[in-house]
Formats: sequence, structure tokens, C-alpha cells
Amino acid sequence: MTNMTAFQQQCYRVVTDSNLSPKQKSNNLALLAENHLPYVELDLETKHALEQRVICDMYEGHAPYKPRYVLPDYQLYLKQGSVWLELEPANDFDDALNMLTIIYHHVPSVTGMPVYLGRLDELLLPYVGSLTENELYARLKRFWIMLDRNLPDAFMHANIGPSDNIICRLLLRIDRELKQVAPNLTFFYDEKITPESLLTVAIACICETGKPHIANYNLIAKDFDKMGFGVVSCYNSLPVAGGGSTLSRINLKEVALRSEDRHDFLTNMLPYYCRLQLNLIKERSQFLYEKSNFFTNSFLVNEGLIKPERFAPMFGIFAMAEAVNILQEKAHLSGRYGQDEQADLLALEISQQLADFVNQHTVTYGWRNKAMLHAQSGISIDHGLTPGVRIPYGEEPDPVSHIMSVFVHHKYYSSGISDILTIDETIKNNQAALLKICLAAFELGMREFTANISGNDLVRVTGYMVRLSDIAKFKQQGSRTNTTVLGSEAASDSSGFLHRQPRVISHEQNMGHS
Amino acid sequence: MNKTWAIVNKILPFSCVDGPGNRLVIFLQGCNFHCLNCHNPYTIQLCQNCGQCVGNCPNLALSFDKGKTVWQSEQCKQCDTCIQICPNQSSPMTYRYSVEEMLTVIRKYLPFLNGITFSGGEATLQLPFIQQLFAQIKSTADLKHLTCFIDSNGYLPRQGWQKVIPLMDGAMIDLKAWDNHVHKYLTGRDNQRVKDSINYLAARNQLYEVRLLLIPEQTDLLFNVAKIAEFLNLLPHKPRIRINAFHSHGVTGNAKNWHSATQRDVENFATQLSKYGLNKLTLPAVYLT
Ligand code: SF4
Ligand code: SF4
Repeated sequence: MTNMTAFQQQCYRVVTDSNLSPKQKSNNLALLAENHLPYVELDLETKHALEQRVICDMYEGHAPYKPRYVLPDYQLYLKQGSVWLELEPANDFDDALNMLTIIYHHVPSVTGMPVYLGRLDELLLPYVGSLTENELYARLKRFWIMLDRNLPDAFMHANIGPSDNIICRLLLRIDRELKQVAPNLTFFYDEKITPESLLTVAIACICETGKPHIANYNLIAKDFDKMGFGVVSCYNSLPVAGGGSTLSRINLKEVALRSEDRHDFLTNMLPYYCRLQLNLIKERSQFLYEKSNFFTNSFLVNEGLIKPERFAPMFGIFAMAEAVNILQEKAHLSGRYGQDEQADLLALEISQQLADFVNQHTVTYGWRNKAMLHAQSGISIDHGLTPGVRIPYGEEPDPVSHIMSVFVHHKYYSSGISDILTIDETIKNNQAALLKICLAAFELGMREFTANISGNDLVRVTGYMVRLSDIAKFKQQGSRTNTTVLGSEAASDSSGFLHRQPRVISHEQNMGHS
Repeated sequence: MNKTWAIVNKILPFSCVDGPGNRLVIFLQGCNFHCLNCHNPYTIQLCQNCGQCVGNCPNLALSFDKGKTVWQSEQCKQCDTCIQICPNQSSPMTYRYSVEEMLTVIRKYLPFLNGITFSGGEATLQLPFIQQLFAQIKSTADLKHLTCFIDSNGYLPRQGWQKVIPLMDGAMIDLKAWDNHVHKYLTGRDNQRVKDSINYLAARNQLYEVRLLLIPEQTDLLFNVAKIAEFLNLLPHKPRIRINAFHSHGVTGNAKNWHSATQRDVENFATQLSKYGLNKLTLPAVYLT
């Protein structure tokens, strides 16, 4: 025991951890092994910035061998079957469900589980045939239970809507009945297609489970092409038949600390770290595309379910609130982000500049040869750092003022941004109020509308759902659900995540052992 | 001459408990009841401009100018020192709004709003302002879809209601006790006018909600369920009934030591009311006990 190398000791800690399941252990061991390899080659400045964590690689691993998020074209798969999986095209509803169940196990991602389950209503509607509502209900309910039990990861994400259809309505009903953590659910709302009666059902579900999260379909669709997009994991919008190759993020607080003042931040420091982050992204995707052989031997590529050129690297940022507050202090201004007009204007200027940077720089391996800007919603090790461009925990104003001070950022973050509104439980007696503010948020230009109703057992901690009761249980007995581990980390954070305002971080892997 | 401005304690752009949908709630300063259980006692009196709070503001947000206490909201850190000091149970932190200024605020939040609600304090003490604002809303193309509500203690006489009824969409009235002497003990005023208001508004289909506040050992509502039910059942258009649970957080004086109403108290009261056929009941979503 005492003779073990540091690496062996790390592995040993994972192997003997009393709270991790065998599967969680093997994921952690794989990551340790990967991180035993040398890091992809970086120039000195980028390396330095990464070591100082001004830029962060999300602990994706030293040698990326799979894309972070994969969004297969499941429609094509059901239509053509799969040679590699030895499956005929789907003939009926049971075929379709069975085929999806199979392929989910072969869709890689940073979590080792699929983060995207497809637009389920659109996928399944062609196979409804003569099945009655009751027959569909029974099948979908079993399917939903299977997803939660077999793929227990709350980053796994299903999409439904915007059309009013029987599958969409049944899934909302089943999700509300089962109150499972997984899968996460995004409902696409399109003002031209979605009837208010359906949105009302979705709002009623939110009041009970915090799900679904509602996406402003038309607004997001503008940033994508005809093949469309999916919302996956923690509010990432990405091209279907593609995905997100890698995600790095800039810690804006660290950039602000290194800046003399606002001018230095905007003209020197931010552009400098943007360039370094772009280097990091380029090197990491180059390894994925050129060395790892992922795109040369995957059946997903060979059968046309994903296309290498439809993957975008995600250019993330976080801790906008801290950065703005630091720059305000450096200018001897007291106004804080989310509460003061001047501070909010500075934040907006930063978002604009970031968007310009990303648009002006090409990357070899990127959808449309670009990276995509992303307001990253945090990981459990972020202490005292606010996700994305959100207003810090406990400082949020009422939901209407909240929306009015953040919506201006939404148009810049084409691969996703999220603000979580915490709404008092009294809303349950007056759901029309929630409906109204959701519609108003979309009218103003919010990409996504996510509400936590305080007091529910099932709450959104960051981008994903956890049960408060599970968190209480976890410390004694471990948890069946991967992300409850992460939720419990977040919950025990000294800033008191769950005690103040239910909160979101996206935590795609267990940081505890990496 | 009609008053064209209002003394406002605060404005909230989000409320889901003051009428249907999301509402902008305008809390007017000043009240003609003195409820022992008041959760915002500093909204009861208008500022007398006595100046006592001015020197005590740690953030220099208060000053004295031409015999008036002036509050600068940008300097204020909401520490509430002034409220604690004020010998008149008032607050220097109020705003004056003209009808035009109020319309500007409403337009700022317009996409979010199903309507507006005047609350207080006691909103109806500034009835002329309310009338003018409602009249403007109802006659302006981009605003007329907004519903206009008043949340009141019900003390306004019939002649007052007559003036606003043509302009409003509904009222919420508190019935704080059934017996007059209990009501007088709790609020300092008789409750006959409150009952009259309930009858009058209901007869005109303008009574959106009756609110019953349960205070264990202090109010008599529980002992008068049959009478309350009979009274409410006789109303021509049945209002919603909201049961509120008293909690001592934020109150002053003796009421600090009163017992909070528990979920059991509320549910017991609700069960009894429903035995008499009252069914449009709203119970608290959370209990702060
Ligand atoms: S609350 Fe009153 S005492 Fe405190 S800063 Fe504001 S004005 Fe001054
Ligand atoms: S708020 Fe109170 S203490 Fe201050 S000036 Fe007005 S009445 Fe006097």
C-alpha cells in the first residue's frame, strides 16, 4: 500500500470509494488513465493560462477521444436501420422504441451516457399506427422508466414540441406522474405553432416538477440550419447530426482580476484570453479529429447519423457577475451586476465583444468553421463564481426584473445560455402568472425559460434535476443517480446553494476524482 | 380638485397573489385601520415631516428641505433604521407618482402583465388617483386589456365604490373578524362597513376574493364558521375565498408573541367551510411555521 505511486493511489481511492457504483468507478478510472497521458500539445502561454485556470478545459481529459456532446440523426436511423447494429428499419412503434433503446447505449459523450435522446414526439409520431392513447401511454411510460433506471444521468436530455401532438402530451403527463430526475426535458415553444393550451400544460408540469424547461424555438432556430438543433445536457443548443466537439470556458472573474481597469479588460486582457482559449479549443479538436480516430471508425459517421463537419467547439464563459463587480470596484462604482444599469451595460458590452470575437475567428474543425459562444452554467468546484452571465445566488430581483436585466444577453450565446428563475410556491395557485411571464420573456428575446418552484422535492440544481430527499440520503448510502453526487457537492457548497435559491450548474462529470 | 398624484410605498412588477395572472402591484402609503397583526406597520401613517429620522440615516439618504423630509432612493441601502426610529409609525421612503408617471411604469412592464392591483396600506384612501389611473387604462388602446383590481380592507363606503366600479374588474376584501368587537379589537374599527362592502361588491359582480386571516386565539373566525358560511353563501356571485395563515414574522408589539396558524389550523377551517358548500377555497402554498 505505501509503495503505491501517486497514480496508483488515485486509482485506489476510486476503487475503494464507498459511494460510487462500479460503473461510476470505471468511468473515473478511465479518466484517470486518460489523464495519465501527456496533455495535447499547447503553446506556453495557453498552457500557463490553463494551469492558472483563467481558461478551463472542463476537465474533459488530456487526450479527447470522443466528442463532448453527440446528437445523432435518430430519424434517419429509424428510417434506414443500422448495418453495424444489425437492425432493420423500424416498422412500428415497438420497433422504434426498441431501436432507440439500443442506440442510446452506443452514443458517446463526456458522461459516457447519451446527452441527447432526440425530438421524441417527432421521431415517434410516424410509428403510432393504430395504437390507442392508452396503448401509447403504457409503452411510453415503460420507456420513460427504462431511461431513468438504465441511463441514470440527468444530463440526458429529451426534446418535445413545438407541435401539439399525442406523444408530446403523453410525455408531459408521464413525466409529471413519475417525477424522475432523468431524463431532462425541453419543450420547444413556437408562437406560430404551439397552442396556448399546450403551453399551459407545460407550465402546470413546471409547477409540479420544475420540468420541462421551455425553449424559444423560433429564436434558437435562426442560429441553425434546416437540419435543426437539439437542446442537450445543460441548455446547450447544438446542430443535429453533429454536436459539440469540446467545451472550454473563460473565467471572466480571473480576467477582471488581471486587468487594471475596464479599458484594460476590454482592449487587452479579454482579447488576450479569448485568443488563448481559441488555441486550446483548436488543439483539443485537432487531437479529436486527427489523432483519436473517432470520426474515422464510428458507425455513427459511417451510417450518416453524424457528420464530422456538424460539430462545433463551444467557446464558454462564466463568472460575468464577479467580473463586472470587480471592474465596477476598480472604477470606484458601487453598482452591482443585476441591480445597476451601468453595471448591466458593462456586462452587455462584454457579451457583445465575446460574440464578435467568436464570429471573427475561424476554426478548422467547427460547424461553419466557427466556434459557438456559450454561457457555461458551472461545475461543482466553482465556489463563489456565478454560472454564465447569471445574477449571483441570493441577489436575484423579482422574476420580472430578473428577466428584464438578463434577456439582452441571450441573442449572443448561440450554443446556449440559461437563467433560472426562482419562483415562490404561491404560483401554483395562479399558473396564468407563470404563463404570462414566460410569454413575455420570449417576446423580449429570451432563448430559454426555466423556472424553479421553491419548495418542491425535485429541484433544478443547475441544469439538471435532483431530489432534495436523495441528497439527504446520498451521504449514507450513495446514489443510484450519477448527478445526485454532483447535486450533493453543490448543495454542501458554502454559498448554500439549495438553501437560498435553487440553482444551476452543469456538471458533466464527477470532479471528485479527476 | 382631484388629486393627480399618489403617495406610493412600493411597486412590484411581479405578483401572483393579487388577482388573476401576473400583476403589477402598487402599494399606496397610509391606512385607516390599525391592525395589531400588521406586517407592514410603517405603511399605516403618512410621514409628518417631523425630521427625526433625517439625522439618523447612516447612508445620508435623508435630508430636510423647506419643511419636508426628502429621501434619495439612490443613496438608500434599505437598512430600515428610519422606520425603526420614526415615532409616527411611518416611513420617509415613499414616492410621489403622477398618473402619467405611473402609466410609464406600467408600460415598462407591459408584456409581463395581466393587470394591475392597488394595495396598501389602504388603497382606497387615495381613491381619486385610482379612478384616474383606471380611467386612463380603460381608455387607452395599448393598455385596455389590463384588468384593474383593488385590494382593500373594505372600509370604503358605498359612495366610494360607486365611483370606481365602472372602471375596475374586481376587488379583494379582507374580513378580519366576524364579531364586531373582535374586529374592533384587532383593527380599531367596526366591521359593518366591511360586510356592507362585500355585499355591495358581490351584488355588482365585482367581488373577486374574500380573504380570511386565521390568527389562533385572537380571531373569532373558527367559532363563527356557520355564520360566515351563511353570509358568503348568500352572495349572488360567489367570490373566491382565500385563507391566509397568520405568522409572527415581521409584526410588532404584542402580536410578536401570538401563535402562528399551522397547516392543520388552516385545513381544519377549510374543511369546516367546505361542509357548508363553500368550495372556491385557496389555501396557503407555504406555511412559514
Ligand atoms: S432605510 Fe432609511 S435609514 Fe436606512 S439608508 Fe434608507 S433612508 Fe437611510
Ligand atoms: S418618516 Fe417618521 S421620523 Fe421621518 S420625518 Fe416622517 S414622520 Fe418624521
